Amino acid sequence: MFRRLPDAAVTLVTIAVDGLAVSARAGETVAAALLAAGFGAFRTTPASGSSRGPYCMMGVCFDCLVAVDGVGSRQACLVQVREGMRIETQRGRRPVGP
Amino acid sequence: MTAEFDVAVIGGGLVGAALAWGIAREHQRVVVLDEGDVAHRASRANFALIWVQSKGLGMPDYAAWTKRSSDAWQGLAQELKQTTGIDVAFSRPGGFTLALSEAELESRARLLQRLHNQPNMVRYPYEMLDRDALLKVLPQIGPEVVGASYCPLDGQCNSLRLLYALHVGMRQLGAEYRANHVVHAIDYHNGVFFLRNSSTAVRAEKVVLAAGIGNARLAPMVGLKAPVRPQRGQVVVTERVEKFLDHPLVTIRQTDEGTVMLGDSQEEVGLDDSVGLGVASAIAGRAVRMFPLLNSLNVVRTWAGLRVMTQDGFPIYDESSSRPGAFLATCHSGVTLAAVHALVVAPMIAAGSLVADLDVFSARRFDVQTAA
Repeated sequence: MFRRLPDAAVTLVTIAVDGLAVSARAGETVAAALLAAGFGAFRTTPASGSSRGPYCMMGVCFDCLVAVDGVGSRQACLVQVREGMRIETQRGRRPVGP
Repeated sequence: MTAEFDVAVIGGGLVGAALAWGIAREHQRVVVLDEGDVAHRASRANFALIWVQSKGLGMPDYAAWTKRSSDAWQGLAQELKQTTGIDVAFSRPGGFTLALSEAELESRARLLQRLHNQPNMVRYPYEMLDRDALLKVLPQIGPEVVGASYCPLDGQCNSLRLLYALHVGMRQLGAEYRANHVVHAIDYHNGVFFLRNSSTAVRAEKVVLAAGIGNARLAPMVGLKAPVRPQRGQVVVTERVEKFLDHPLVTIRQTDEGTVMLGDSQEEVGLDDSVGLGVASAIAGRAVRMFPLLNSLNVVRTWAGLRVMTQDGFPIYDESSSRPGAFLATCHSGVTLAAVHALVVAPMIAAGSLVADLDVFSARRFDVQTAA
């Protein structure tokens, strides 16, 4: 669905999304990496259970929430990928605590 | 002119709606006149506790009244569910007040001891728990928590759904609801009250003032007084998370929908219902010391509500001697007391007078005593 612009000098990092290895470019956000890897819905809502994915990509809509390295409900569009980062998509209410 | 209604209730918040529902249930023709969103709307800002422990120091009748409402709450919730289909999420698992220091714990124990040592104090169980005992029930408490008071009568509900259910229910029972209907004046002629605004007059045989802070303005129109003032309480609410807390605490509870509510400040700031980072931070800071796992949660909203406070903190129930058929009800615990309002006070109003049990709650208690 989304394709990256060609970029001559890229550094690749590997992140884990729900346990699967996903290749990402250093400097891009978690949301960009997940969209490029084909993830459309990042979570389901705690209220109705309907699917949600990035909408604004600039920190406003809070629809791209994922767990980053064990911390739930982080905005994927505001967090940069890092080698070895663990991402979990969320289903409904997140667990409380780390 | 004859009356159009048996009873006009001024105020459509939790107190007014509970009374209107209960009066309509007694087969009276009821109209509810609600001011609109310019009103201060304590019923939309509260913490949704049905709270018993620690209430009534200085007035044991208030402790008994509160316990009576707590005991009647299950019945109210069931009836609302059966008649309206709305589940108000009532639960009564017992509540805690946590202490973050030995001094706080001792002061709490002394307060409850003084409360329960009062003559004519209603009997109900409560206990002081040390940290080890508390850990068995609330294993997530932080290292600074030294103990708690516990009362099995404390409970909670979803107070927005309670307000909604009472409104749906009272209309099912035939009550009429008029939004944006401010009352400017109340006249009384030949046993009929005329509730006037700039364009109309509603005629009713009885009138119930249940307008919260607005009662202070309305009460003199029927020969009563309601010395009430606003007291601000700020609430912080988090995102919805998996259930981790079944018991309500006086300052922390998890709602049926999963959000965690943190409260509640007591600020004397007049009609200012703004929120501020200072108080909200203090509320959140104490909550995180009580439950460190809250630290990672996102706060989604803060708000402030204005409690309707009397100078002694107890409710006022009154009826007018100069204007027979005029009643007044005001309190800061519209959730806790919803059951007695709907099931005890409302039938009295429908029957025409408050029984003597409620005399103790008359605003006459604020009159200056004549020196001997």
